[in-house]
Amino acid sequence: MFGNTRKARIGAIAGLALSVALVATGCAATDGGSGDGGEGSGELSVTFLPKNLGNAYFDTSYDGGKEAIEEFGGTAAEVGPATGSPDGQVSYINTLAQQGVGAIVLSANDPTALCDAVNEARDNGVKVVTFDADTSPDCRDLFINQAEAEGIAKIQVDLISEQIGDAGKIAILSATANATNQNAWIELMETELAANHPNIELVEVVYGDDDDQTSFDKTAALLQTYPDLKGIVSPTTVGIAAAARYLQTSEFKGKVQLTGLGTPNQMRDFVEDGTVTAFALWNPSDLGYLAAFAAKALIDGDITGAEGDTFDAGKLGSYTVGADATVLLGDPYVFNAENIADFDF
Amino acid sequence: MVDIMGALAPATRTYKDYSQPLWRRLLLSREAAVIGALALVIIVSMISVKSFSKPITVTYLFLDIAPILLIALPMTLIIITGEIDLSVASIVGLSSVTLGVLHQGGMPIEGAAVVSLLVGAAAGALNGFLITVVGLPSLAVTIGTLALYRGLAVGLLGTKAVTEFTEFWTDLAKSKIPGTTIPSVVVLIVVLAIVFVVLLHFTKFGRGIYAIGLSPETARFSGIRVERTKFILFVIAGLISALAGIYYTLRFSSARGDNAAGLELSVIAAVMIGGVSIFGGRGTLVGPLAGAVLIGVLASALRLANVTSDVINIITGALLVASVVGTSFLAWARKSRSRPGGKKPEPLTGAKS
Repeated sequence: MFGNTRKARIGAIAGLALSVALVATGCAATDGGSGDGGEGSGELSVTFLPKNLGNAYFDTSYDGGKEAIEEFGGTAAEVGPATGSPDGQVSYINTLAQQGVGAIVLSANDPTALCDAVNEARDNGVKVVTFDADTSPDCRDLFINQAEAEGIAKIQVDLISEQIGDAGKIAILSATANATNQNAWIELMETELAANHPNIELVEVVYGDDDDQTSFDKTAALLQTYPDLKGIVSPTTVGIAAAARYLQTSEFKGKVQLTGLGTPNQMRDFVEDGTVTAFALWNPSDLGYLAAFAAKALIDGDITGAEGDTFDAGKLGSYTVGADATVLLGDPYVFNAENIADFDF
Repeated sequence: MVDIMGALAPATRTYKDYSQPLWRRLLLSREAAVIGALALVIIVSMISVKSFSKPITVTYLFLDIAPILLIALPMTLIIITGEIDLSVASIVGLSSVTLGVLHQGGMPIEGAAVVSLLVGAAAGALNGFLITVVGLPSLAVTIGTLALYRGLAVGLLGTKAVTEFTEFWTDLAKSKIPGTTIPSVVVLIVVLAIVFVVLLHFTKFGRGIYAIGLSPETARFSGIRVERTKFILFVIAGLISALAGIYYTLRFSSARGDNAAGLELSVIAAVMIGGVSIFGGRGTLVGPLAGAVLIGVLASALRLANVTSDVINIITGALLVASVVGTSFLAWARKSRSRPGGKKPEPLTGAKS
């Protein structure tokens, strides 16, 4: 009886010892494991803080950033919340300010909610570069803009005109009817078509509401309404994937051209089997690479974010800071059968 | 280290053994175990994590965990009655959006905050109504209202955010007690904590809460108004969640439908790590508050050590499981042990396990 008791008690103590030991080692062990992290002497330690971790797009950005940071001999790190919430990012910005890293490369989950935290970090000497999603211009040092509306509109018009031989009827499959970005692009596309492609007729703009099924149905309806349609432009990643899925199994495959903005992982099958020849987006790897070099230029004091400042961005060449402390990555990137295998996002 | 182990072993004693002196009973309590673990984590972090011992850590820590500490107060009471409220974080979101929409429409913060608190209380009242009057289980009701209130919050603002707030209030939410690095919101938490401690431990209403958790039937036959008590607790939970929502909105200067999503799990984890039995009838307020600080300190130290958020979640989760398993295991171990001193705790523990 007594032996049994003692065993039970020892077992119980062991059980709780485990929980405490786990907590204790949780801290101790991680300290050793942070070798490549932004332990932060401030010397060219650049930490990426994406909207959330485990997102292929941001993984690709960080890969590009890491490549740049290794080129100029800094320390790279990536931290971030598990879900894309501003409060999670605030905790990380606070932490990075405490660590005193050289620069934070941030994709903001909220344009203003992060401002106070970012400004506190900047008061502590941390440089802040935003990419992908900006904060208010007054609470960061630089924004790396992935693409301009004009560039996005032009590349899509160029692609479709090339694919249909610069003549014939096309339609646009957009997101929602009041989507700000898409409407701005469509307006610019119309201007570009009228100015430089008189033989292309834009017959209709339909809205798939950024919903896969709706976009799919709208594509089907478009092709029934306009049997002589030559091409579809879909300036939204949901729309282009749904339209491609419809075309892939329909009689129109190869006859009706499809282009727009998409991601390589969504579009890989369609490009490989010829449903889609080429589509556009920016290159997130280059975006991260440029952001890292911009962070370095800020840490080194080469630039302050003033309009007209120029800095060197390794393999991408030289860049100039534009209005509102913004740097433009460049023209959108065209993905086709030859290069799509190089991307995973 | 050894001392803490010693303190932990008998710490889950369900009923205090009054043959022991007071200091010994306190030392052997479940709360002492949590506080001991907290002290241990703080000491280890101060030694091994760079930048952790800076005073600014305290500021960020309390700013981060303030909503958890606030909501843990009513949540503890609800869980002691044997119920649960999963909708608290959605009420935080709803009150945040209410504040944002009204302020955007031209209402001053003070007025909008009062309306937000009323919305929170109403949301809590709906929970309470469905649970006590209609008689549905709180788990099912609050899973439903978790979705309902979050849906309303997101529906009111869509994916937009209201970000213009009077600077006086947003500065106040982030301000520190003059001369210290402790955020002012801690004062609010301390005041409310005192109110809740008095309510739970020193009033008839509070004793009723324990009685309901141990046995609703017995409580009812003893003259405790079970339904009314539960209803009041859910309204209070709604009210405090709305208060947390107002703080959250002002701290981040951002009213969004998805504010504080998932916070209910942190709150419940803090309450359970703090030694409150999920089956009701057992627990104090000190434990959950220490549990919330423990979760916050762990997250803060691990972030400073560049641990990714996934690993932080794993460690918090493991801590929760370990604390629950530890409790059950100890209860079992204690039951299977006969005590040579002739005192038999069996009839007492048997009643609730």
